[in-house]
Amino acid sequence: MRLELRAITKRFGSLVANDRIDLVVEPGEIHCLLGENGAGKSTLMNVLYGLYHPDEGEILVDGEVKRLQGPRDAIAAGIGMVHQHFMLVPVFTVAENVVLGDETVTAGFGGPLGWLDRRKARREVREVSERYGLPLDPDARIEDLPVGLQQRVEIVKALVRDAQVLILDEPTAVLTPQEIEELFTVMNTLREAGKSIVFITHKLKEVLAIADRITVIRRGRVVGTATAQMSEQELASMMVGRAVQLVVEKGPGTPGDNAFEVSDLTVLDQHGNRAVDGISFAVRGGEILCIAGVDGNGQSELAQAILGLIPVQAGSITLDGRQLVGGGPRRTLDAGVGFVPEDRSRDGLVAGFTVAENLVLDLYKSKPFAGAFSLDLTAIGKNAEARIAEFDIRPTDPDLPAGTLSGGNQQKVVVAREMSRPLRLLVASQPTRGVDVGAQEFIHKRIVAERDQGRPVVIVSTELDEVLALADKIAVMYRGKIVGVVPPDTSREQIGLLMAGITDSAAAAQRSAAPAGGTAGGTAADHVEPGEGADDGAAGPDRKREGTGS
Amino acid sequence: MTTQSTEQETPAPEPFGGLGQAARNVFNAENSLLVTFLAVVLALVAGAILMVVSDTETLNRAGYFFSAPGDFFSAAWHDVSSGYTALFKGAIFDPATVNGTPTQFFGPITNTLLMATPLIFGGLAVSLAFRGGLFNIGGQGQLIAGAIFAAYVSFAWHLPPGLHVLVAVLAGAFGGMLYGALVGWLKAWRGAHEVIVTIMLNYVAFYFLGYLLNANGFHNPDKLGQAVSKPADADARLPRLFGDSVNTDVGLVIAVAATIATAWLLHRSKLGFEVRALGINPRAARIAGINVGRTQVLAMALSGLLFGLVGVTQTLGTTNPNNNSLSPNIDAGLGFDAITVALLGRNRPWGIVAAALLFGAFNAGASVMQASAGLPVDIVNVVKAIIVIFVAAPQIVREIFRLRTQRAPLATGGKA
Amino acid sequence: MTATAAELTAPAARGLDRARLIPGLAQAAVGAYALWAFGLGARTASGAKAAVGMALNPNAPGALGMQTFPAAPVAIALSLVCVVCGVARAFAPLGPAARRGLTVGYVVSFVLAFLVWASAGTSTLGGVSLPGVLNNTLIVSVPLILGALCGIICERSGVVNVAIEGQFLFGAFSSAMAATMSGSVWIGLVVGALSGALLGSLLAVLANRYHIEQVVLGVVLNLFALGLTNFLYDKLLSPKAAEFNQPPVFQAIRIPGLADIPVIGPVLFDQNILFYLTFLIIAVLQVGLFRTRWGLRTRAVGEHPRAADTVGIKVLGTRYRNVVMAGLISGLGGVWLTIGQVGSFTTNMSAGKGFIALAALIVGRWSPVGALGAALLFGFAGGLNNALAPLGTPLPGQVLSMAPYLATVFVVASLGGIVRAPAAENQPYVKD
Repeated sequence: MRLELRAITKRFGSLVANDRIDLVVEPGEIHCLLGENGAGKSTLMNVLYGLYHPDEGEILVDGEVKRLQGPRDAIAAGIGMVHQHFMLVPVFTVAENVVLGDETVTAGFGGPLGWLDRRKARREVREVSERYGLPLDPDARIEDLPVGLQQRVEIVKALVRDAQVLILDEPTAVLTPQEIEELFTVMNTLREAGKSIVFITHKLKEVLAIADRITVIRRGRVVGTATAQMSEQELASMMVGRAVQLVVEKGPGTPGDNAFEVSDLTVLDQHGNRAVDGISFAVRGGEILCIAGVDGNGQSELAQAILGLIPVQAGSITLDGRQLVGGGPRRTLDAGVGFVPEDRSRDGLVAGFTVAENLVLDLYKSKPFAGAFSLDLTAIGKNAEARIAEFDIRPTDPDLPAGTLSGGNQQKVVVAREMSRPLRLLVASQPTRGVDVGAQEFIHKRIVAERDQGRPVVIVSTELDEVLALADKIAVMYRGKIVGVVPPDTSREQIGLLMAGITDSAAAAQRSAAPAGGTAGGTAADHVEPGEGADDGAAGPDRKREGTGS
Repeated sequence: MTTQSTEQETPAPEPFGGLGQAARNVFNAENSLLVTFLAVVLALVAGAILMVVSDTETLNRAGYFFSAPGDFFSAAWHDVSSGYTALFKGAIFDPATVNGTPTQFFGPITNTLLMATPLIFGGLAVSLAFRGGLFNIGGQGQLIAGAIFAAYVSFAWHLPPGLHVLVAVLAGAFGGMLYGALVGWLKAWRGAHEVIVTIMLNYVAFYFLGYLLNANGFHNPDKLGQAVSKPADADARLPRLFGDSVNTDVGLVIAVAATIATAWLLHRSKLGFEVRALGINPRAARIAGINVGRTQVLAMALSGLLFGLVGVTQTLGTTNPNNNSLSPNIDAGLGFDAITVALLGRNRPWGIVAAALLFGAFNAGASVMQASAGLPVDIVNVVKAIIVIFVAAPQIVREIFRLRTQRAPLATGGKA
Repeated sequence: MTATAAELTAPAARGLDRARLIPGLAQAAVGAYALWAFGLGARTASGAKAAVGMALNPNAPGALGMQTFPAAPVAIALSLVCVVCGVARAFAPLGPAARRGLTVGYVVSFVLAFLVWASAGTSTLGGVSLPGVLNNTLIVSVPLILGALCGIICERSGVVNVAIEGQFLFGAFSSAMAATMSGSVWIGLVVGALSGALLGSLLAVLANRYHIEQVVLGVVLNLFALGLTNFLYDKLLSPKAAEFNQPPVFQAIRIPGLADIPVIGPVLFDQNILFYLTFLIIAVLQVGLFRTRWGLRTRAVGEHPRAADTVGIKVLGTRYRNVVMAGLISGLGGVWLTIGQVGSFTTNMSAGKGFIALAALIVGRWSPVGALGAALLFGFAGGLNNALAPLGTPLPGQVLSMAPYLATVFVVASLGGIVRAPAAENQPYVKD
């Protein structure tokens, strides 16, 4: 099937998310859509899937203009989509999710009260998953499955509907390098079966590894097409619009004594699995420790446990010799810990509060902002003016609701708040996720400044570039464990291997177990396949997807 | 940076989103006084239609509408004008009393104030909980609890004048507070949803009151066969403000004080900061070190306290029809009326006072409407419900009057 | 791998233990109280005999006579069963099915122990009529069931319906009026159901299109319905009763054969058409929700509307249709109150039944059969009150009336984290 988008324009109010975008997807090709966060890739794909209606332009399938009024039309036209946030009903089984909206019914009363043909649903799941090498247990409940398998369900869901073009929206963001390899194998199988794939990503290496053709989008416009023969640097400058360099001005640190220590820490996630599995590390004053790893390997839980937000199963967390475990967020904050949560709009800000109020969100209790019972609104206002100037927060009105600020400025509000009191430790998760380049540089500078004042700093980041730029020491987390602590001049490749859980000894074992190129063999050893107990919800430390029911 | 927000709009997991989002839409939507005014007008029109439709004589005239349309219109006009004139006379001022006694002259307006007093307490109670992200549907139960405490102190204890009424008022507030705090505790530490718990506890309180009113020690032995408590001591009743000729009591002063206190609490106090943060974004509140459970319990306790004061005015105030004693219907539906007041007042303390005065006027006028225009009192409840629906969905009002809409802040405010 | 998996699940299992311990022990404590009060109390002591009437109409020819047996031993035995069930729940490692069985066993024994106690020494008064209690229970339960079913459909589609109470009032009022004016119960039934749906459609539009917070909306709609029916009653139905408020009522339909079964026969098989219809609707909904396309889509819309949307299911359309359809069912609940039972309408005759229905659906965990069980339990407390009134038990009626509400608070508090409402409940669906 040949898919063509002609001059698609989509506006949201005054904002042009897609500006006359042209795109052609040939049958049997893997077409990469490359662009930064916020470049307009997802919007374009939502247009293609009928979720948004374009303001201008048309969509052609095999040369024929199609008007896609909704997903149903897109599905009928042979388009399938795997959303970045999975569109699966967590309490349904795999088979139920796969057939939803396209159910076969037997006799019954026909029509709405038609009897679900559950046997056929299971059979369809099995057939498709066997044909494309995507093993799944049709009776497993979605919420019990690890993220990788949930993604597989999404792919099967599209294939059962006979999709000829499959849109994968940032599919690798939630996967380990191994699972990514596995996904690429599946993508190749699909390509050989004549399906086309639109692969959306902002990761250059992945693009070069799999793409047949590449379309680069920047600020809602197509800025060029490329082939996989181009170099990473060329692609990067196309994507960002200038030569990229992520360098943080940072002198050598002057680390002092161990100030912050975590030892044998074990934390359970909501399903009772060991999200953090007996890890230990120490950070010295004046040192930045970066915790690297693929999303969902226990970093979030580690950060939350440090704050005291979730209970600790075992182990200790000490700051300057003081035990932090068991006190809850209030005591941790009072002990001098600055905490920047990974999702600022959900966890870091109260959107309906003013900027001024948000700037004292965790300081409102103490002097000078409050007396015994009442708040000192003057002091809160003065503080806001000072922070807004210092951190260059825009717009500068302290009485605006924080929710109306841009993402970068919201993040600055959070960072400003956390750094506006004397700290003994700074913990920041994904400090620059979804933040524009200017704000990114500024936030990095401030983090380094904290270190230079002799404080221990812990940064949790999934962006390897950020990790390499900031760290004095890198700890790599994999499945709840720290699989290696390395200096910042370690090669990307080596850190990449660690992020995949491959330490030297593990790598040797892997090599002997699976011959070269056998990525599928490598996963079988690590993954609990459904039917072997994964569906009982207790299948070891497999990462679970949180908030599937968004 | 400009394209940032579009991709941010793809669904972010928002486990607490439902309530907060809805709250913002209901209460922060651009929602001018004009809309409120038009909502009242529309509801009064609806009430007028109801008056005409329910008058079978007028409807008979509609039967020969085409032969004599004037008949129908004059009959309908008579229905509506006599109804609303009576409402006005009962709520604000009756011209016939210009030369009357102060009791007559001030009667309607003091009735309005008396009716508004419990609505102020109740509206504040509901809004205080709501600002903290909690629905307090349990006003009935909490005010019954308050009434029981207040009544017990008022007839069973015998304290010096002045002190007695003070202690009775405090006891009532305390009773409501306990009952409210119970809900907060069940919510915070047992994960029980407050809506269902409060509804159930309403019935528990209602039947418990029914039990007490027949039990020795509470039941008034002089009223054999009636479920009434002993009457309050004279010095435990709320003192009148301007002597016996004008029908007002100290409840109104307490209500104004409660409004000032609630306004201060919400916007100037540490607890208010915590309550509001919790109401908008409980996750962020927790991460900022706010003790969510404690704040929920306190918010529900204070909300219950305010409802307890409704129980106090119902029992010890001048509106009590049974010689300041408890009867099974002491709550008079105020627990639910309070929700409409909070909604109409948009959860702002002084807005609630205005809303309570409006609804108090309706309540005061209703009885005069019944007496002089033959319209059952419940017509004002229909009108009140319609006002609240229109105020909660200002878009309908705008659509009806084709006002220019400004939807932008409403549509995106929550997700940004 | 297996070893680690077991090791990993261990802490979670321990956590669950604690969650079971408190409710289990509480049950055992209540059982012990039953032992003390029902088994060893003054009423059953001194060898009083429990008396249980076995026929709805004891004077009918061929009716079973009253049965008597010693009260104390039976009450003690039943109370002990309660204690054992509670202890087992707290300490025995049991699966969910076994625990459910224990709960049922506990409730049944407790209720029976209570009945034995209440009937002790009442043989001169005719004893506790078992079919009478059952009949009362069912009659009180029918509107609760219908209301809960309405709520289930709404909530499973993601719309909270607190306006069941108002729908009852609308249904009761309009069916009484329509049946009186037309002289036909059938027209009354149709009009009553439709007026429930009318209030339902108001709820649907205001919630889905205008995004009014749904709990608040439900409360306001209840006030609206109460005000309107009160007003019209005072204005029309009360002064002109012959014209508007003296409806015919549904006659019982006796099912030959089945109705002759002792004790339960006349209770289950000699009722009016609404009664049979209620049980038919339960069955259809139980199957419909979990076995049909409509059910799958409805549940998807209530759990994850966006996912449903992306596979082409019309989220708002489903919600509108379901909420209006559910309104028909709670309208029937109102019909039952008037022309299904007493005939004429009186003000506020739903008297909070809509809220109890809401509790029943939560205690019944959003499933039709579960709601049936919960509604029967609530109905039992109500039915028992009527049956016990002439027997002079030392228990005040109000305490018995309070019991189901307290029980609900207890259930909701002990299941708090476990019971899970449809995830998208009370969230209006907005497309970008």
